[in-house]
Amino acid sequence: MSTFVIGYYALLIGASCLAAYYKQRNIFILIFSLTLASFVMGIIGGVPALRFVTTAAGILALAAGTSYAFREFLIIITPEGVAKELRTAPLTASFGMFVIFTYAIAGIFAPVIAPHGEAEVISSAFAPADENMLLGADQLGRDMFSRIIYGARNSVGLALLATMLAFVMGALAGLLAATKGGWFDQFMGRFADVIMSVPSLIFSLLMLSIFGTNLGVIVIVVAIIYAPRVFRLTRAVAGNVVVMDYIEAAKLRGEGTWYLIRKEILPNSTAPLIAEFGLEFCFVFLLIAGLSFLGLGIQPPTADWGSMVRENATLISFGEMTPLIPAAAIALLTVAVNFVVDWMLFRSSGLKEM
Amino acid sequence: MGDILRLVLKRLGLGVITLFVVSILIFFAVELLPGDIAQAVLGQGATPETVAALRTKLGLDQHAIIRYFQWLGGALTGDFGVSLVSGERVSSAISGRFVNTLFLATYAAVIAVPISIILGVIVALLRNTLFDRVANVVTLTSISSPEFFLGYILILYLAVKSNYFPAIASLSADMSFGDLLNRTFLPALTLVLVVTAHMMRMTRAAIINLLASPYIEMARLKGVPPWKVIVKHALPNAWAPIINVVALNLAYLITGVVLVEVVFVYPGIGQLLVDAVAKRDFPIVQACCLIFAATFILLNLAADVGAILTNPRLRHPK
Repeated sequence: MSTFVIGYYALLIGASCLAAYYKQRNIFILIFSLTLASFVMGIIGGVPALRFVTTAAGILALAAGTSYAFREFLIIITPEGVAKELRTAPLTASFGMFVIFTYAIAGIFAPVIAPHGEAEVISSAFAPADENMLLGADQLGRDMFSRIIYGARNSVGLALLATMLAFVMGALAGLLAATKGGWFDQFMGRFADVIMSVPSLIFSLLMLSIFGTNLGVIVIVVAIIYAPRVFRLTRAVAGNVVVMDYIEAAKLRGEGTWYLIRKEILPNSTAPLIAEFGLEFCFVFLLIAGLSFLGLGIQPPTADWGSMVRENATLISFGEMTPLIPAAAIALLTVAVNFVVDWMLFRSSGLKEM
Repeated sequence: MGDILRLVLKRLGLGVITLFVVSILIFFAVELLPGDIAQAVLGQGATPETVAALRTKLGLDQHAIIRYFQWLGGALTGDFGVSLVSGERVSSAISGRFVNTLFLATYAAVIAVPISIILGVIVALLRNTLFDRVANVVTLTSISSPEFFLGYILILYLAVKSNYFPAIASLSADMSFGDLLNRTFLPALTLVLVVTAHMMRMTRAAIINLLASPYIEMARLKGVPPWKVIVKHALPNAWAPIINVVALNLAYLITGVVLVEVVFVYPGIGQLLVDAVAKRDFPIVQACCLIFAATFILLNLAADVGAILTNPRLRHPK
């Protein structure tokens, strides 16, 4: 029995006693079941297993602490109305906001943060980490850390661009279809059906094989693939607004379609649309990452997370973690956006599950 | 019964039309090429004579609509033409790989479907407890991770660091079935992780939706024991959403399989498609896309037909 193991159990049992004393039922169950599970894990995996649990719990606690502090910080700096909303945000949502904020900073200030250029060869291939290179070098001897920072700009930027294009196309078509109705509505609906009946990755592979892989093509193809989702949602949301009396009144006043969309329908359907934007971004981001991973997305030497995983995958067979960092960066951002979207959907639709 | 039959036939007809339109889309997308296939394959430096020769060889001098029907007729009989790069018949390149892909997808589905439905129902019954919240965060993380991330994590921990399973899923003809299962375990597990998360969330939502309906409330109020509420009242109506969830996720497997095959160097149709896209080998791209799209459409069709067939309101007309 090392001091670590004794300290480990003492801490867990002490914490569960405290939780029980203060009648924190959920916390007590969590900590005490962790204690019981640790017995089993300790017997099977020995001290390393317990150390792993400690590290995981530490990381979780750190994340929870950061999200709590970030939420309080946001509440203080934002005006009263927004702050009131923010107080209802669960920790997962503020964690998501914190991650998005960090990525935005990394992307915007990439040239300042990154110690080396994204295409700059500074050492030999797969050189290990030293004081000059935080994470070592990639397959051509470029600094991995700098490329990950630049990747925040390139990968996220491209996905954001494609999402915005998809969103503008889908939302405009949806709003027009809802207000105009008739054959335009029918035609766009069937068109969306056809595009959605082909799996998105397959459809984009087909298009990229025809038009080649340059950035403009990727953005447009991805936007066309995901616009039908936005179209359907906008059409449904706007369809509910269009039948309202105030729309009828505006029509009788003689307002045009554009006025109706901009002044009457859009303000009444923003909440679900913003949530959809977040979800849409996740899909687009994962699709583009997948394409890049297949070597069909952003082309070298531009740093991009998907292709970085592919290029450095050989390192994994030597038990190295570094190629997984860009992949983890993709996963983390998607999770973060999902957390925020979950909270917004809950807020906007009053989606209170029983 | 007449009602059901009519609905099913209507849905089947819609499926056939969708398939037809998608085949048009896949065929004529290639016609959008600046110039034509012959020009694109031979590149800028080709002399007009060689381009013309290739054009005749590929039958490009015929009208596009005629070529479409020839292609569609061929595709229906399993003949997708000849590869532009290797000159091999597309059907012989695809057939073996298609079986491999189907095997991988079935392997993943056999593991994933029971696990995720049972877990999904449990999570729905325990909703808003700590277990439910943890499950929510875990499944959300799993959905948000790219397939190649999960795949490489599994390779790192289960193949490289501990040597439980092989990292590369290369197949040979004389392998025993057990060996085959062992070789393909990691790619299948990657797919299982992604699909299970999706299926669990969808099952949970469907069951919660069902349990919130007034007739369940009524059954509870009149004192029916909880297990009987689930088995006699909830389950008959739950089949439709569950079948839907399963079919939709099997359709999702189709896309996931492409990335997973590339990660594990698995000799399946997904990897063939990716290689063909890089080489711009259009007949193979078209054939693979058509197969993937058709599977996707058929599974969606199966979901809808299953939902119609298990709907108690339709089976017992007034």
